[in-house]
Amino acid sequence: MRHARALLAVFLVLLFLFALFIEHPFSTHFSYYYDILINIGINIILAVSLNLVNGYTGQFSLGHAGFMAVGAYAAGSWSTHLGPSIINLLAGSSGILTPLLQPLGIQLAVGDNVSLLISTLFGGLLAALAGLAVGIPSLRLRGDYLAIVTLGFGEIIRTLILNIDFLGAARGMSVTGTYTNVFWTFGFAAVAIYVVLGLVNSTYGRGFLTVRDDEVAAEAMGINTTKYKVIAFVVGAFFAGTAGSLYAQFTGYVTPEGFNFFKSVDVVVMVILGGMGSTAGVVVAAILLTILPELLRTLAHTDFVPALQTSLESVIKIHLPPLQGLLENRLILYSLLLIILMLTRPQGLFGDLAGSRKRVAPPASK
Amino acid sequence: MAQVILFLQQLLNGLSLGSIYALIALGYTMVYGVLRFINFAHGDVYMLGAFCGFGITNLLYNFCHLDQYNAISVHTFIPIFLCTGIVMLGSMIFCAILGVLIERIAYRPLRDRPRLTVLITAIGVSLFLQNMTQFFVGAQPQAFKQLIPVRAIEGLGDLTILSSQAAIILSTIVLMILLRLIVMKTKLGLAMRALSVNPMACSLMGVNNGLVISFTFALGSALAAAAGILVAMDSPSVTPLMGNVPGIKAFVAAVLGGIGNINGAVVGGLVIGVLETMVEGYGFPQLRDAIAFGVLIIILLYKPTGLFGRVEREKV
Amino acid sequence: MSSLLKVDRCTIRFGGLTAVSNLDMTIGSRELVGLIGPNGAGKTTVFNMITGVYQPTEGSIFLNDERLNGLKPFNITARGIARTFQNIRLFVSLTVFDNVRAAFNLHLKNGPIHALTRGGKFKREESDIEEQALDLLKIFNLERFRDVMCKNLPYGDQRRLEIVRALATKPRLLLLDEPAAGMNPTEKSALMTLIEFIQEKFDISVLLVEHDMRVVMGICKRIYVLDYGLTIAEGAPEEIRRDPKVIQAYLGE
Repeated sequence: MRHARALLAVFLVLLFLFALFIEHPFSTHFSYYYDILINIGINIILAVSLNLVNGYTGQFSLGHAGFMAVGAYAAGSWSTHLGPSIINLLAGSSGILTPLLQPLGIQLAVGDNVSLLISTLFGGLLAALAGLAVGIPSLRLRGDYLAIVTLGFGEIIRTLILNIDFLGAARGMSVTGTYTNVFWTFGFAAVAIYVVLGLVNSTYGRGFLTVRDDEVAAEAMGINTTKYKVIAFVVGAFFAGTAGSLYAQFTGYVTPEGFNFFKSVDVVVMVILGGMGSTAGVVVAAILLTILPELLRTLAHTDFVPALQTSLESVIKIHLPPLQGLLENRLILYSLLLIILMLTRPQGLFGDLAGSRKRVAPPASK
Repeated sequence: MAQVILFLQQLLNGLSLGSIYALIALGYTMVYGVLRFINFAHGDVYMLGAFCGFGITNLLYNFCHLDQYNAISVHTFIPIFLCTGIVMLGSMIFCAILGVLIERIAYRPLRDRPRLTVLITAIGVSLFLQNMTQFFVGAQPQAFKQLIPVRAIEGLGDLTILSSQAAIILSTIVLMILLRLIVMKTKLGLAMRALSVNPMACSLMGVNNGLVISFTFALGSALAAAAGILVAMDSPSVTPLMGNVPGIKAFVAAVLGGIGNINGAVVGGLVIGVLETMVEGYGFPQLRDAIAFGVLIIILLYKPTGLFGRVEREKV
Repeated sequence: MSSLLKVDRCTIRFGGLTAVSNLDMTIGSRELVGLIGPNGAGKTTVFNMITGVYQPTEGSIFLNDERLNGLKPFNITARGIARTFQNIRLFVSLTVFDNVRAAFNLHLKNGPIHALTRGGKFKREESDIEEQALDLLKIFNLERFRDVMCKNLPYGDQRRLEIVRALATKPRLLLLDEPAAGMNPTEKSALMTLIEFIQEKFDISVLLVEHDMRVVMGICKRIYVLDYGLTIAEGAPEEIRRDPKVIQAYLGE
């Protein structure tokens, strides 16, 4: 981490150059791969932020999609309604600043990139507030209960959105201003990685790890475990919100269904596959798990699977539903992946076994 | 007077709904009692119980033609009872075996690992069961063929109770009595109770912990299967995702009663059922699903041990 | 006379069980005090009470005349009380070095923002902490293990690491919960010397729970004896050794 700041700066510069020269032709001619690239970036942000909460701090949150939803809808609202309203308020036909600007011939307009930055930060901020609201009551619960409560809160957020007509309810909300590009997506990803790694690799950040390892001992060493848990939660929620914002301003349309429990599970699988507590691991896992479903979907559309199915059915003499469905159903694969991972390699790709060390039988109750 | 009737009607509906939650909640609470683990996949066992019943009923129809019965009377009672009994029993046995299989394959190898690992596995099992069922059966709701004729029972004045609701309540009472007998009067039941207090001592006393744990899973799964059949009798459509919402509500019921406490699970289930129907009956149907989540958050924040639960202090 | 720690008629009840009853205890500065008693007497409960894990049902605890009741454990550690545990509770995913460095968190001046901006102040404090942590490890002859995972240390070294970690919080009072458990006689002698040494060097008081009488009688200036939560004796080692109530508690009638 010695040259972290330098590395980040270099990366951002490279990214900027890419955005300037390569992005436009790339997105036009290779739009399918461009989409995948953006999704990789968004998933990296989600996985890295959840890893701070689940992996480094050991708090099992199953509601990450809820914060993503807050960010998505916040950014959507901003870019569609709030942002233009504020511009109008300031510089519209009867705006506050208009009398000042008009004689000077100054037009107040916000460029695409600035607009994206503002709405994404807004989404992140609101998500962070939601993280605070959810985290403070929830974080005195341990293990299983915390998981259930975070799941519950994720569903509550989704149900709230479902019932708010202004946000489009079940119809969904369309977002004007689809300005997400590679620069901002991977820029935020880089920032997320920098923040998580920078926090954790310091004496301050070691506090997160102690909360994961042994809360009682951590408190005895003067570490305010509640504060650490809340901070991890809020930072995680912030970046989940930015991911949601970027997503909303990429697809141009969001629905509550896209942020349900299964979406949370998506991110959890990335964190577990990557290895809880390894940022590099979850980045790799995010990339893999973004590409893999696409690969499988491509495979599903070839003749390979139907041919396999016909020969299989002739052997076992039972008619099966189209097996392509298995390949395209992410959830079947992910659930199998979860089970197999837990049974064979719970530390994931890059994690350490400390998180899965052997324990003695549960203590007798007093 | 009308107010009283309305109240009693909702109470009746609530008891019927609550009985379902109670049956499912028992599975959660018993497994938590012996393993300190939330079996995320339990709701899907309930769903598979309904589907198994669906399958058995379809088979039986070729023999029994249950739709010929229009009412429950002295003549029709026995064949209806027999057929329904076969469906229930078959489904309960199927799910009991399924529950034991899941425990052996997915949970037992992880008995020494942190509970988080098993929780994640349980999530995986739940998703797998749901989605594999959906793969084979399709996402469309399947119509469950009628087992008992669903009619309003006469003679209660302005109160309406459907035969299916009566069946639910009666069956639940019978199953509760059976469960109590098993838990209180048999050696396995005693072992279950002992295991929930001190597993280490149990194995030192010669109890086969593995067997008792499997038995617990079998019991809980059988009860969930019964719930699935009873629900299908009442609202005859089954879908692969039908276990999600009742599953989480039943879990809340178990926590409300004090997770690990069998009586608590029943009380919790009935309370949640009644609360839901009251809220719906008094004009707020959109809040119905939120009740369970609201209750969950309130209990976990203010009295995590629930109504009847024990405080478990971590030994420092 | 103002003592460092004053436990004033503390009682703690768990439901129907009275774990500690009417405990009066004072510890002055630079004192080495022992707390002994048969198993289940409530010694660890006393520790847990002093460090804020449990709240006394009755009574008060004072550190330098400041009342500690109701404070959370990390606040009590911030005021100068550190402890080790009966069953080793090291941070298992961390190395030896990081276990000690984690305990410097308490006196950290640079917060999360500095961790992100990584300026000069941050780097200076980090290297300062590294130095202090290394010095501590050297005193205990553990610096050669600095990058070893703490769970891979031999048992005796793990116990000593716990003490190092507690010392990193710069306490005025150190509570040691059975530090000699599982050690052989040679290790125990070394431990006795070590405890006396750290008491001198760091200018702290030590409250020691131990079962090994040789250790307790050897280094403690005063001893409290607990049985079933009650204080049955208090005084210098020679008095305790001869006290009939103490003998009865340990050996039975």
